Amino acid sequence: MSDTLAPATTRKDWTSDQEVRWCPGCGDYSILAAVQMLLPELDVRRESTVFISGIGCAARFPYYMRTYGMHSIHGRAPAIATGLALARPDLDVWVISGDGDALSIGGNHLIHALRRNVNLTILLFNNQIYGLTKGQYSPTSEVGKVTKSTPFGSLDAPFNPVSLALGANASFVARTHDMDRKHMMETFRRAHDHRGSALVEIYQNCNVFNDGAFEQITAKEARPRNLIPLVHGQPIRFGIEREKGVMLDGQGRARIVDVADVGEEALLVHDERREDPSLAFMLSRLAEGPYSPTPIGVFRAVERPDYGSLMDEQLAGAQDRQGPGDLRALLHSSPTWEVSA
Amino acid sequence: MTDTATSPRPPEELDSVVIRFAGDSGDGMQLAGDRFTSVSAVFGNDLATFPDFPAEIRAPAGTLAGVSAFQVHISDHDILTPGDAPNVLVAMNPAALRSNLGDLPRGATLIVNADAFDDRALGKAGYASNPLTDGSLAGYRVYEVPMTSLTQEAAKEAGAKPRDAERAKNFFALGLLSWMYHRPLEPTLAWTEKRFADRPLVAQTNILALRAGWNFGETAELFESSYEVHPADLAPGTYTNVTGNTALAWGLVAASQLAKLPLFLGSYPITPASDILHELSKHKSFGVRTLQAEDEIAGVGAALGAAFGGHLGVTTTSGPGFSLKSETIGLALTLELPLVVVDIQRAGPSTGMPTKPEQADLLQAMYGRHGEAPVPVVAAMSPAHCFEAAIEACRIALRYRTPVVLLSDGYLANGAEPWRLPDVADLPDISVTFATEANHTGEDGEPVFWPYLRDPETLARPWALPGTPGLEHRLGGLEKQDGTGNVSYDPANHERMVRLRAAKVAGIARDIPPVAVDDPSGEADLLVLGWGSTYGAIAAACRRLRARGRQVAHAHLVHLNPFPSNLGDVLSRYRQVVVPENNLGQLVKLVRAEFLVDAQPITKVQGVPFRAGEVEAALAAFLEGRRDQRGNR
Repeated sequence: MSDTLAPATTRKDWTSDQEVRWCPGCGDYSILAAVQMLLPELDVRRESTVFISGIGCAARFPYYMRTYGMHSIHGRAPAIATGLALARPDLDVWVISGDGDALSIGGNHLIHALRRNVNLTILLFNNQIYGLTKGQYSPTSEVGKVTKSTPFGSLDAPFNPVSLALGANASFVARTHDMDRKHMMETFRRAHDHRGSALVEIYQNCNVFNDGAFEQITAKEARPRNLIPLVHGQPIRFGIEREKGVMLDGQGRARIVDVADVGEEALLVHDERREDPSLAFMLSRLAEGPYSPTPIGVFRAVERPDYGSLMDEQLAGAQDRQGPGDLRALLHSSPTWEVSA
Repeated sequence: MTDTATSPRPPEELDSVVIRFAGDSGDGMQLAGDRFTSVSAVFGNDLATFPDFPAEIRAPAGTLAGVSAFQVHISDHDILTPGDAPNVLVAMNPAALRSNLGDLPRGATLIVNADAFDDRALGKAGYASNPLTDGSLAGYRVYEVPMTSLTQEAAKEAGAKPRDAERAKNFFALGLLSWMYHRPLEPTLAWTEKRFADRPLVAQTNILALRAGWNFGETAELFESSYEVHPADLAPGTYTNVTGNTALAWGLVAASQLAKLPLFLGSYPITPASDILHELSKHKSFGVRTLQAEDEIAGVGAALGAAFGGHLGVTTTSGPGFSLKSETIGLALTLELPLVVVDIQRAGPSTGMPTKPEQADLLQAMYGRHGEAPVPVVAAMSPAHCFEAAIEACRIALRYRTPVVLLSDGYLANGAEPWRLPDVADLPDISVTFATEANHTGEDGEPVFWPYLRDPETLARPWALPGTPGLEHRLGGLEKQDGTGNVSYDPANHERMVRLRAAKVAGIARDIPPVAVDDPSGEADLLVLGWGSTYGAIAAACRRLRARGRQVAHAHLVHLNPFPSNLGDVLSRYRQVVVPENNLGQLVKLVRAEFLVDAQPITKVQGVPFRAGEVEAALAAFLEGRRDQRGNR
């Protein structure tokens, strides 16, 4: 990024001329809007912003952004973005992915990008279903899901994306949802500003193949009951009257309690900057699925050197010690001998 | 003593010799062979090597599966192969003897570590009786040397325990061979001290073993003679000894310098390609970024991402990894971004024989992708040629914005030969120009950037880097509208794009040298067409046939896709076209399909390269009509 401030922009400046072709009513529209409305608020330039996606409904995203972009291969966006981010630390690289793309076919690339802490902002659109291939269950679908490929119900236990990311020692992990633009924008802003890999799971409604998957958390009337807002430095409380809270019990487990029973001082105070990811992990396991009280917000935001900076330091160090590479010297670096005419 | 100590008898002069060191994979045979080679190179011999080792790091000691061998051919004249059969076999144990004896012609010299031939070791190697005593080696000049005990005895001076001292017996063998062939000891002494600087006892033990081997040769009345192989009369210049993988890695560094682009390697370790990753990871002062990726797909993906960002993106692999990269190569092809995919071929299919060479990935390189997906293919033909081939692959990739497959194999990768170093100033300029401004006028009359407007000559599209204001564009795997690059399902547009991509690759034929034909008399009726690592064996076979008064022509392809533009003419000039390959006949299929020529295969798929003698015999059969037009005997 240049030293001078980026020119002022509006949402329109970030919108490409391509017609958006998601199904009417798809949660992807609100995510796209949140990103296009956030970017003018950030000190970023169109030409230095790159969106890289894999395959899936969400992966069409880059076509709709008036930035550089690549719609790549199913699951491989984190790998391709890793190469770009390492080659070009001056760029803002975003990865757009879905639950099948990031957690099934591309699960390996996701966890390795996170453990390396490559400077990427990864948005994971989780709708718990395969949309583009028209309705098979996904690696985040609940057990027993009846779909075209599982007429007798799915048998495999789902991934929890936040738990998975924390297990990979991701330095920034958050969850937001497509029904709250303000929360999305704030979460994306935090993720963007984070140096290193930032993973944001977005509960995203697929109104065609999995309508209402998250409504027990995200619907306006349900939120007070089931959405547990995570706010750094605040006791974790929720409920219509904020009467519920989260505390650690005597065995060190996170439990949902009535504040009246335990008193506010007994509640867990959320600390996203805690080095040890165990507490964040426990919070990620609080709900078995998006139908009981579920934390939304930033689970973890810790500082850890990003891979690209470490790589650049190694290169700079080598150049300091040895000077810039000399091709002739390289070719003569093994023993040589002369043959005269 | 000094390394110039004279032997009691004047040395016999040889014009060349082939030596094979063979032992258990823990016996340090690769090291002994490598040291012998380095010293011979600096001494000025021409040489070629063939390391042959098991994939297992430590196969069960003393078994046939664990045998590791290193063959080196040194010569006072220009040679092309590591030699068909060893003149000398050093066998450190019964298994090494048993698995290598079949290659040894009668009358050859056999030097065995007599200490290793006890009942247990003989049993492990499957010998019912001791070959040293049962008369089965009668046809050879056998020297039984108690290498283990002599090494242990010599190492006592350094205070090494017998068990540790025993591990230096490869240095004893190296010392003995150095005496036999008048190799100076100094370079190896200096190397040993440097290599084991932090382990003085190991250094001292090895040095004592090396000297003991030399002294044994000189003082034991065992050997009739020592031998001299004079320096070769090579073209004037500065030489170094180089393996194919090192030359290839250096070629990539050179290409990055010549292109003025940083080099980015995304790679996953795989035999026999890993040494390129190792070598490139050292050269950070050249701005080389190496990523040891989580898998093969990530390796090529990261390289492609770096290419999108304006780096010279490269991935290195071998067959199984090459298969995994197919989808990303297809993406690079449709994105029309430069990418170099290096495949160091090994014996397949599947895991196959990882340390053994084969040339069976040619058709995969040509066709191993879904859809109509042509990519240029370049093949290296000798260890040193890997340097030039790497630069050429990068040149094509950058100029035509296309993935290029660079084929080498395990034989070239680990084999070494003297290389006359090029003058850096003579290397080609392969620099590229990035798009910086709009290239089209939109419907509204405003300037716009169309990422798929092509250069009329090369058909390459402009390369606009992220970070360039005003040229923001989206690339993708979906079919693109010609010009704008927008997603398009228009049937006629798809056909146009498929044909454009094919025409772009085909057009590279105008930009590569015509294939040269080696036909000294101009009277040959038979053309041998080769590609890749068979070069040495074919060229040597042709020399031998010509020395016997037979006429044969040889053409060797570096560019497999597209073919050089004169290839059809060349093929049509000869009555017979014969194609030796280490596969079941892949290039032969391509030339038959492309040129309707009745080319005939000579094939070998044993995980070992052709010997010159094998090619010579097969060609002689064709010349004498003992093989018909179908290649049957």
